[in-house]
Amino acid sequence: MEKLIRILTELHPDVDFATAQDLIDDGVLDSLDIVSLVSQIDSEFDVTIPAEEIVPENFNSAKALFDLITRLDEE
Amino acid sequence: MQFTSYSFIAFLAILFAAYFLSPKRWQWVTLLVGSYVFYAFAGLDCLVFILFTTLSSYVISRLMESALKRENDYVAANRDAMSKEERKAYRARAKKKRFHILLWGLVLNFGILAVLKYTGFAVYNINSVVSLFGGKGFSIPSLLLPMGISFYTFQTMGYLIDVYRAKVTPERNIAKLALFVSFFPQLVQGPISRFGDLGAQLTAPHKFNGKTFTFGLQRILWGYFKKLVIADRVLTAMTTMLDDPAGYDGAYVLLLIIVYSIQIYADFTGGIDITIGIAEAMGIKLTENFDHPFSSKSTKEYWRRWHITMGSWFRDYIFMPISVTRPMMKLNKAMAGKFGRVAASKTVAYIASGVTWFVTGLWHGAAWNFIVWGMLNCLVIIVSEALEPAYKKFHDRFPKLTASAVYGKFMSVRTFLLMGVIRSLDCYGDVGLTFRLWGSMLTFKGFGAIVTGGIFDLGLTAADWLIVLCGIAVVYFVSRASARASVRERLYDRPIMSAALCGLMFIAIIMLGAYGFGYDASGFIYGDRF
Repeated sequence: MEKLIRILTELHPDVDFATAQDLIDDGVLDSLDIVSLVSQIDSEFDVTIPAEEIVPENFNSAKALFDLITRLDEE
Repeated sequence: MQFTSYSFIAFLAILFAAYFLSPKRWQWVTLLVGSYVFYAFAGLDCLVFILFTTLSSYVISRLMESALKRENDYVAANRDAMSKEERKAYRARAKKKRFHILLWGLVLNFGILAVLKYTGFAVYNINSVVSLFGGKGFSIPSLLLPMGISFYTFQTMGYLIDVYRAKVTPERNIAKLALFVSFFPQLVQGPISRFGDLGAQLTAPHKFNGKTFTFGLQRILWGYFKKLVIADRVLTAMTTMLDDPAGYDGAYVLLLIIVYSIQIYADFTGGIDITIGIAEAMGIKLTENFDHPFSSKSTKEYWRRWHITMGSWFRDYIFMPISVTRPMMKLNKAMAGKFGRVAASKTVAYIASGVTWFVTGLWHGAAWNFIVWGMLNCLVIIVSEALEPAYKKFHDRFPKLTASAVYGKFMSVRTFLLMGVIRSLDCYGDVGLTFRLWGSMLTFKGFGAIVTGGIFDLGLTAADWLIVLCGIAVVYFVSRASARASVRERLYDRPIMSAALCGLMFIAIIMLGAYGFGYDASGFIYGDRF
């Protein structure tokens, strides 16, 4: 989780990703951030996020994104 | 059968009665029959195409379902015997096989759309090249374009992709799938619904609910008000200016841009109000397609608020998949090493945006003006994105100014005009002509003529313009009020007031709606194009 928070904080240093809950709905993360995140997660976690998983529910918080990474890694 | 015809009103009355009088478990069948009757009015030959889309999508979705079941069964049976890597590799191979099945569905259905909609455009371009070498070229075929084919094809292909992604369970009853493909209010101009949102609603029983039914009728009435009182009334001015674009250059171009923005807003949102209202009356909730688009402060925001279901379709099924393809991921990583992560991700996002906007333009029409329209939207978004750090510096330097209401209004007006200028490519049709006319705007030629009475020489009298202005004022105030809370909900507890307002609106439509010679109350801009 720390690694993910670090990646997110690099994108938006002014956001507290440990507590933020509506990153997509509040417009904190846009499509450009998502493209960057997917690429970095692929490199750092060796997990490929497919297009069908790029939905607000999976990107609205650091926890939701971490759960997605864990699930995809397990499948 | 157009939404604005008396026959449609009669059809709607019969359908509502039949729907609520049908036994609950057969209501969806009534809706299916009604949808096909409505579609048959567009021409019996059109039915062949919608039936093909339904049948092919049914077969493809069931084949994908079987493949996924085999995949899951195999993994479940061999979970302990397989390592994580082996399981992932197996999943990847199985997904590829499912993708090949999906590809058949996409190629068949988009292929039909491409042939019917774009053959003429392709031949036209081939002829242009051939003529450069002195050739005669080919005759441009005139092919049937079934009503709503762009909308139902995109909606149904979205369903197939969702089945492939295992986001929805495929419909096992082909007649129920046929209803999702052909649900009649959406056929004219959308919205483009998702199966996960609409499929179950269409086939579920719906008990008559006085409140929902009334709300539905109110929304339909509101749609007719926008369409007939505003959109169709300004049509004459638009036609006059477009019949002689060279004669109406300079300031008239700016006038056309503003008038067309009003017309397309009233026409398209009015049509969608009618569509959503019809569904609502039967207890079916469709996805909203607009969210106060003209209050947007940036192009990006505008496209989140205008034609929402189309935008989300292109984002979910084109932009995102392109952005995360293997070649794009490789490009991202390769560039990140040399130029940094931000530059790499921006490059990938810009390439994906370019492709997405090219397709969006082509979807809007088989002509270069639509492709240029799409690419200009893309360019504006990319430039805005690139200038983001400069905007941020400006906002940090002048926090009070940029937080003020005046600055907010300025941003909204700027976005309205910018989108209006690009949108005028729709009207003029010819890219070169449009660019020349944009240039002529800078001369302000004709401004004096417009303000000294020229505006009344466009086929609309002072009374017509007054009606349009009053109509816009009503839409503006209702729109502002509804941004805070539902106007219909607030009026529901005041039945006399509610009935009086609806009565007034009905009288306004009857007395102030644009009918008769010189007016075309038949088609919708989006409905006619797709």
